[in-house]
Amino acid sequence: MSDPVTPLNHARFDGYVTIAEAGPTGMITLRGDLADPHLSETLHGVIGAGVPARGRAEVIGDNTICWMSPDELLLMAPRSYVPDALARIASAMGDRHHLAADVSDARAMIRLQGRALREVLAKLSPADLSPAASPPGTIRRTRLAQVPAAILFQGPDRADVLCFRSVARYVFGLLSNAARPGSEVHRTAGAGNPEQ
Amino acid sequence: MSIRLATGGRLIDRTKPLDFTFDGKRMSGFAGDTLASALLAGDRMLVGRSFKYHRPRGVIASGAEEPNGLVTLGNGGRAEPNQRVTTTELFDGLTCVSQNRWPSLDHDIGAVNSVLSRFLPAGFYYKMFMHPRSFWKHVYEPVIRAAAGLGRPPEGPDADTYEHLHAHVDVAVVGGGIVGLRAALTAAQSGLRVMLMEQTAHWGGRAPVDGDRIDGQGADAWIAATIAQLEKMGNVTLRLRCMGAGVYDHGSLLAYERLGDHLPHHKGPRHRLWRIRARQIVTATGAIERPLSFACNDVPGVMLASAVRDYIVNFGVAAGDAVVVVTNNDDAYRTAFAVKEAGLDVPAIIDARAAGGALSETARAMGIRVETGKAIAKVLGGKRVTGVALCAQDGDGTAIEEIPCTAVAMSGGWSPVVHLWSHCGGKLTWDEAQAHFRPDPSHAPTGQDGQPFVVTAGAASGALSADAALADGDAAGRIAAARAQGDHDTVADVPAPDPGTAPTPVWVMPRNAGDRLRAKMWLDFQNDVKVSDVQLAAQEGYESVEHTKRYTTIGMATDQGKLSNINGLAVLSQSLGKNIPQVGTTTFRPPYTPISMGAIAGEARGDLFQPLRRTPIHDWHDANNAHWEPVGHWRRPYCYPRPGETIGDAVNREVLAVRKGVGLLDASTLGKILVKGPDAGRFMDMMYTNMMSNLAVGKCRYGLMCSENGFLMDDGVVARLSDDTWLCHTTTGGADHIHAHMEEWLQTEWWDWQVYTANLTEHYAQIAVVGPKAREILQSLGSDIDLGRDALPFMQWREGTLAGIPTRVFRISFSGELSFEIAVAAGQGRALWDRLLEAGQGQGITPYGTEALHVLRAEKGFIMIGDETDGTVIPQDLNLNWAISKKKDDFIGKRAQERSHMTDPARWKLVGLETTDGSVLPDGAYATREGLNANGQRNTEGRVTSTYYSPTLKRGIAMGLVHAGPDRMGEMLRFAKVDGTAVHARVCDPVFYDKEGKQQDV
Repeated sequence: MSDPVTPLNHARFDGYVTIAEAGPTGMITLRGDLADPHLSETLHGVIGAGVPARGRAEVIGDNTICWMSPDELLLMAPRSYVPDALARIASAMGDRHHLAADVSDARAMIRLQGRALREVLAKLSPADLSPAASPPGTIRRTRLAQVPAAILFQGPDRADVLCFRSVARYVFGLLSNAARPGSEVHRTAGAGNPEQ
Repeated sequence: MSIRLATGGRLIDRTKPLDFTFDGKRMSGFAGDTLASALLAGDRMLVGRSFKYHRPRGVIASGAEEPNGLVTLGNGGRAEPNQRVTTTELFDGLTCVSQNRWPSLDHDIGAVNSVLSRFLPAGFYYKMFMHPRSFWKHVYEPVIRAAAGLGRPPEGPDADTYEHLHAHVDVAVVGGGIVGLRAALTAAQSGLRVMLMEQTAHWGGRAPVDGDRIDGQGADAWIAATIAQLEKMGNVTLRLRCMGAGVYDHGSLLAYERLGDHLPHHKGPRHRLWRIRARQIVTATGAIERPLSFACNDVPGVMLASAVRDYIVNFGVAAGDAVVVVTNNDDAYRTAFAVKEAGLDVPAIIDARAAGGALSETARAMGIRVETGKAIAKVLGGKRVTGVALCAQDGDGTAIEEIPCTAVAMSGGWSPVVHLWSHCGGKLTWDEAQAHFRPDPSHAPTGQDGQPFVVTAGAASGALSADAALADGDAAGRIAAARAQGDHDTVADVPAPDPGTAPTPVWVMPRNAGDRLRAKMWLDFQNDVKVSDVQLAAQEGYESVEHTKRYTTIGMATDQGKLSNINGLAVLSQSLGKNIPQVGTTTFRPPYTPISMGAIAGEARGDLFQPLRRTPIHDWHDANNAHWEPVGHWRRPYCYPRPGETIGDAVNREVLAVRKGVGLLDASTLGKILVKGPDAGRFMDMMYTNMMSNLAVGKCRYGLMCSENGFLMDDGVVARLSDDTWLCHTTTGGADHIHAHMEEWLQTEWWDWQVYTANLTEHYAQIAVVGPKAREILQSLGSDIDLGRDALPFMQWREGTLAGIPTRVFRISFSGELSFEIAVAAGQGRALWDRLLEAGQGQGITPYGTEALHVLRAEKGFIMIGDETDGTVIPQDLNLNWAISKKKDDFIGKRAQERSHMTDPARWKLVGLETTDGSVLPDGAYATREGLNANGQRNTEGRVTSTYYSPTLKRGIAMGLVHAGPDRMGEMLRFAKVDGTAVHARVCDPVFYDKEGKQQDV
């Protein structure tokens, strides 16, 4: 097998926020009864943490569990671990109703780094992305301009955007365009100085 | 003449001269000027021609309400028509041209319309151009459109960029005058997220011009201190040059920020459209002064009294050296004082009030002549004011005396800017004492919780004096902050607006003016509507203000009647003998002033206009001359023309390559939906018309999906992956909506069924290897799957590796040839494609596009969703009864297909069509029958759904839906062509190639 080709070939744009493709990352869609303690136990065994709260992501070392909907999680782990993780989920869940599928190649992951990353995202998403509404550890499913996306707030200066693979270049273009130097939004722009 | 004064001008910097051109003529101004103040400083009083009569027009106002001062700014990719000179900040190198004149502003041929004006009354177009009907479209409208209109649309692409920005705040304050500042400060002190925006380049509004004193300091000092205080608060966002454009449901507020209009070499977006969600919105939008309706009130040099004052105080510019003030209120007296203070002459204050006002004596004490109970009978002058004729307000306009002057400052009172309050349902109340509509606080716009989400402040509430306005602003800030935190009990404790400077309403000046004078009293300057037009409309039976607006076009220009609406409806109500509140206002709609198309589009232009979906193999197609076809947001190769080939040549070559050798198709766009669970089989049986629960693991089955109404909506091959797991292939366009369709049924109807679905479309690349040599190629790549005919028969699948890549191989065919569809992880898609091309080089492996795919399937009589179906076709129409289970109790669409109309033997059904001359039938052509239907249209008995040239059969082939088609084999049909001729085709079997299916089963 060749090395997997990522959707953006590690593209990078240095604007007032840095936009760069992250990954490849292993991803598993897991649907099931999130209230079932057995599912939580299974996750502890496979990934190292249980079911996150609504709208939250749990990061444990190289692994992340994201809450995607009331019956869906997204597990992120190194790609090499995915087959093993799927096998372990299947054996631990047994006959319990669930769906686990490898979706490592279905999405692009784009990393935003810089203090103004929330501002860049706010040019494209109607969601409230302020630190108060979306503190680090939040995963926010929303849209960026015309396509669906999820934003994982990793820390004050870092967020990861997940979008479908086919629109990776569109989303990368959107983010780069929004982060163009000269388009910064200053909180008090022009307040004291009309020449600004 | 208008002039720059030797001193004064709080906003200009006389050390920084700026050059600009108007109609190609070089002029100059100072940093801080608006284009209007710079034009006036250069004695450019005539700035444009009016819309209908081409009357000479000059600047009337000093702000967003300006109706006359419109120019086309810039050129080329930066040309923009209809820009208001009063809101355009001057910059070095600015170029602008006047509009609506030919050949020049000073000598305009269209001005003949003015002479003919009595033949162009209200409703003229409706009366004149009704007959004959066809003339409107072909004669009248083109001529009228060419003669009327303001600026011309720019040509070529816009050179600038634009963006949107979403913001979420607790309190948004629109308007950065002293009231907005006070409201924002009060709200911000509670720690809430506050955004304050001001449409001009300066904070504080008109308070400094009016010389207001606030908290014991001058307005300028108070404004600077308040802004400094707000800047320090981390919870406050401040925007200048940012207009609150519209208020919508759920606290949605649109704001339009102009970042680059005043900076010619600006880097970054020119405009930014703020899409704000606010818990509460404070509109501190001020008030607009009303003109007075006297004859020739549109001559350049007649201005609003407040504007005359603004130009003097802010820019050191006088509209004239002898300014007559005409008013019905006290406020205009301040203009007279400002003119005097600037060392200029005020020949008279003409006060329509019989007794004058509180300031009349002050004026007289300053030596100004004050004429009370008087009016202007007529303004003298053509392209500029030369004087006014004085008369009694209560008379018919008989002139008593002519007073020479060079400018007229008029004031008919003030109207609160209620636009944003009204956008989302806020109601107004007529304030008799102040003679204006103001917001009715008991009927505020309400949000989803039924609670008010807009509160007005200051002059926008009707509080016109500085003290009352500031108190109201403070209250608004407190109320908004409380409501934003869920407390809806806090109410205003300020007294009702103070009617201290109440005007005496004057709607027509003089009161009993005759026809000749009323026909020269302009209400709407931009659309050329006069008092006589509104009165004529009333006479002709127009009672509703909304109808009158459309009939006379009052308030329908780019300024949306900011100066004309109240005066117009007052004249209408008088003509109808009704009270003003009975007549009411027209609807206020966003945006407050026009916003740029670029700002609305935001980033969506060029490469970012629409998302373009790319398969993992997209770049190869692009590099190999793919002729693209849009399929939803995807681009798929239609074919790959080689040098010297036409599109048709390429398609034919690709088809034959598949039939004779081997072809390669990127099928990655097909939908792939996983369905899993204990109830998955039951669910699949409901989704598809045929039986899916009994499909064996390892096998595939073609299936149909119908809507609840029985119509065929999607098709594709289903593979049983395991005991409880099915993989559904959908059409390219169906991937998302079929997934949504499945989820809808699971979530709303069968919520207790244990089934999960996952849309895996984007995880896989899928490549079809098709043709007699397909197996050979695959085997040469090396695989642990036995690809032999018996080991992997038609309609089965296997998992394994191919060329070292983990894969799932499906033996399915949409072409009638030996065919394998190979699914691999998307990240391996390009690698597999390259390996296949390499392996097939010797055998002439040929990538083919969607058109070859279509021809191949049509030769085999396979239907295509979207060609043979259009939302009105059921599977039975397509002779697909074999794919409709008779054993199942139910499936989606089953009941609907039993309706009488669905079982009608007269339905049009699928057949093949072959032309007698071998030509290709036109797509969509109808088979005609003798006679006409009830609508006088030709009777029809069928239509073409798919039609191609078949390179395999070397003639045209087609499929179509024909009345009782399958029973009419061999019959001839006549198909009408658009050129009026017809082509004849014989009804035949839709399978044109390999009827026995030998080719795909090898």
